[in-house]
Amino acid sequence: MALLEVHNLGVSFVTRNGTNKAVDDVSFSVESGQITAIIGESGSGKSVACYSLLGLIPQPPGRIDGGRALFGGRDLLQLGERELRKIRGRDIAMVFQDPMTCLNPYMTVGKQLMEPLRYHQNVSPADARRRALELLEEVGIRDPESTIDNYPHQFSGGMRQRVMIAMALINEPQLLIADEPTTALDVTIQAQILQLIAQLQRKRDIGVIFISHDLAVVADIADQIVVMQKGKIVESGDRTGIFQQAQHPYTQKLLSAIPADSKHSELLPAEPLIRVRELCTWFSQGHKQPPLQAVNKVSFDIRRGEVLGLVGESGSGKSTIGRSILRLVPVTSGQVDFDGTDVTALQGRELKKMRRRMQIIFQDPFASLNPRMTVYDTLAEPLLLHGIETRKTVAQGVLKLMDDVGLARHFVRKYPHEFSGGQRQRIAIGRALATRPEFIVADEPVSALDVTIQAQILDLMQALGREYGLTMLFISHDLAVVRHLADRILVLHQGEVVETGSGQELFEHPQQDYTKSLLASIPGRSLLQ
Amino acid sequence: MWRFIGYRLLQAIPVILAVITVTFFLVRAAPGGPFDSEKAVIPEVRAALEAQYRLDQPLLQQYAAYLGDLAQGELGPSFKYPGRSVNELIAAGLPVTAELGFYALLVAIIIGGVAGVIASLKPNTAQDYIPMSVAMIGICMPSFLLGPLLVLVFGIYLDWLPVSGWGDIPGDKILPAITLGSTYAAYIARLSRAGMLEVMSQDYIRTARAKGLPEWQVVTRHALRGGLIPVVAFLGPAFAGLLSGSFVVETIFQIPGLGRFYVQAAFNRDYTMILGTTVFLSTLIVLFNLLSDILAAWMNPRLRAQFREQ
Repeated sequence: MALLEVHNLGVSFVTRNGTNKAVDDVSFSVESGQITAIIGESGSGKSVACYSLLGLIPQPPGRIDGGRALFGGRDLLQLGERELRKIRGRDIAMVFQDPMTCLNPYMTVGKQLMEPLRYHQNVSPADARRRALELLEEVGIRDPESTIDNYPHQFSGGMRQRVMIAMALINEPQLLIADEPTTALDVTIQAQILQLIAQLQRKRDIGVIFISHDLAVVADIADQIVVMQKGKIVESGDRTGIFQQAQHPYTQKLLSAIPADSKHSELLPAEPLIRVRELCTWFSQGHKQPPLQAVNKVSFDIRRGEVLGLVGESGSGKSTIGRSILRLVPVTSGQVDFDGTDVTALQGRELKKMRRRMQIIFQDPFASLNPRMTVYDTLAEPLLLHGIETRKTVAQGVLKLMDDVGLARHFVRKYPHEFSGGQRQRIAIGRALATRPEFIVADEPVSALDVTIQAQILDLMQALGREYGLTMLFISHDLAVVRHLADRILVLHQGEVVETGSGQELFEHPQQDYTKSLLASIPGRSLLQ
Repeated sequence: MWRFIGYRLLQAIPVILAVITVTFFLVRAAPGGPFDSEKAVIPEVRAALEAQYRLDQPLLQQYAAYLGDLAQGELGPSFKYPGRSVNELIAAGLPVTAELGFYALLVAIIIGGVAGVIASLKPNTAQDYIPMSVAMIGICMPSFLLGPLLVLVFGIYLDWLPVSGWGDIPGDKILPAITLGSTYAAYIARLSRAGMLEVMSQDYIRTARAKGLPEWQVVTRHALRGGLIPVVAFLGPAFAGLLSGSFVVETIFQIPGLGRFYVQAAFNRDYTMILGTTVFLSTLIVLFNLLSDILAAWMNPRLRAQFREQ
């Protein structure tokens, strides 16, 4: 008998605007010793389905419409809060998406770790602490004795996720629900965490539900795959079945959204638009401390019309390079030539003129768009500021931009919060294009987006790049995404360039160990080969 | 951390200096002087008095002399209480006012905190609306209305508590503390409700629930600390406000505190007393603000670490 059997589960959210069926007639099962992956875009109901099993959906507005969820011979949906509480954290434990926000910042890691143990089992404080130390060691926290009494902010994102996993496992649950456990992490860390989950699962022979929006992530570890769209299961089956004979168009779309195709470098003019020589950008860290050498003696050229990919983990200095070129951060030393002019020496009016020719697109379009400005205002501002359009013609200019980035014209009076993440990024791209720039820095422009949306935005950027004849510096932590777009790739590690080459060269013959480790951590690699 | 405190104290100096300067020239710009009382004073006596209190000197010279005294911690002699210095008068009134303020703050924290937390647990239900409506009334109701009302009900109709006095009859401190504290209780209720609502929507609260903790443990162990930080940050300004705003309550309940001296001084044009009390209270306000900021930062482990490094 399966560890967990869910039959015909239905969950709705009742709001003032009507009832929204978040989960509709969903059935799946999880076997002990297997990983069942539930895949779907955000809003597909994959998390809601799992949370509702544990009574973690606030009711109201949530409402369970029906179904059964058999776990250990009992129907979870029929249990009262008191009985469910005994199961939560003891028999079924959870790991959440963002380890930065899921740990209590006011409590030491050790205390949080021991809490489920102390609450569910009658364990003495000393025994609980010993158990916590063992588990921390097992999930790969170095020197747990000295870090157990630290606060969450003293751990990195990856380490926090390890702590979360330890916390979930401390009562030796039979079922682990991992909700997008690696989405907020860097690729290399993501690979480590995936490996850790798979390894812990095998060792304990427990069942795991792995929720993700990214089919590639689960490709290597899942036994069963359930694909959800708009609250319904569109396809399910074992791993090989899904990857080799996906029937449903949505699954096929997800499969093809895994960025894999290499880009063929076209013939480009030899003369560089941008020449960066010995660029150093250091940040002061308070007095008495050595400056943080975010970027150290980096040199490269970007030819006109070229897309240069910049790859590295967070903290490798890749964003700082982009911002240094645009003079958004003060450059410590070195030279940045843009079309023959040294940008680092420009001041005032000259700098403003230069900025018009260079634009940036940020990772989080919501944070970088002014929430009190409509799309119209956001796009009209640079057009007027740089004198590209007059008051009379600006409306036409705005609509042309909206057409270019694929936004429907009737959205023009809407505010950023009324759009989805992908649409917001389109607005941000439109704003960047408004000044007719020659050069664009795209700083992780798709990292905050779902994979299918990612693919759309990447396609859009590629098309616009050709149409506007743009030169681009494309920054990302994700090699697969960069390869999709870039003519050439620069691998960055701790502020220095480690390796350069075309996507194909890097993927097939990486020279440096660091590049190899980056490549090895691309999810779904087994699929590409 | 010491650098932060030192920096904040340095910042306070120009603030207090500005307060002194403005108050000094404002009280002198107000019509009437300390010796323009109902009885006519013989010109010679008046001249002697003004000479004694340096009132015959040019204004700027008076100002410089006052600052000089202040630098030595001298607030000067009172104009209306001959032979007594402002320092003495403040020292006499302060303990009473401080005690009253302390009790009022206690009332405010307990009532306000509990009401706010309870309201936050079931937002937009009766459990939320009722305490919050009461809090709104608390904010709107001035103490010169609430005080007599409480006296009428508990002092006269029910005859449970004394109607006035301070430390003479047991229980005579209860009504003044409630009267003074009620407005602040209402503010604290609103602050703690907002703080708790914010924290209760955080991801780590979901984590705590996923561990199987009962709801009351989720609230007490995981939510309270973060949720009450805004309240802690408010305590400093609140206590300073209680000290300087106690005049009405002290008058209603016949309490010999600082507030009454302060207001009487203004009526009497007792220049040194007005100035002295203002300087003293503004210094207190700056100090309490600093203190509560430090405390609030200390409650957040991340800020605490930054603090230590500085």
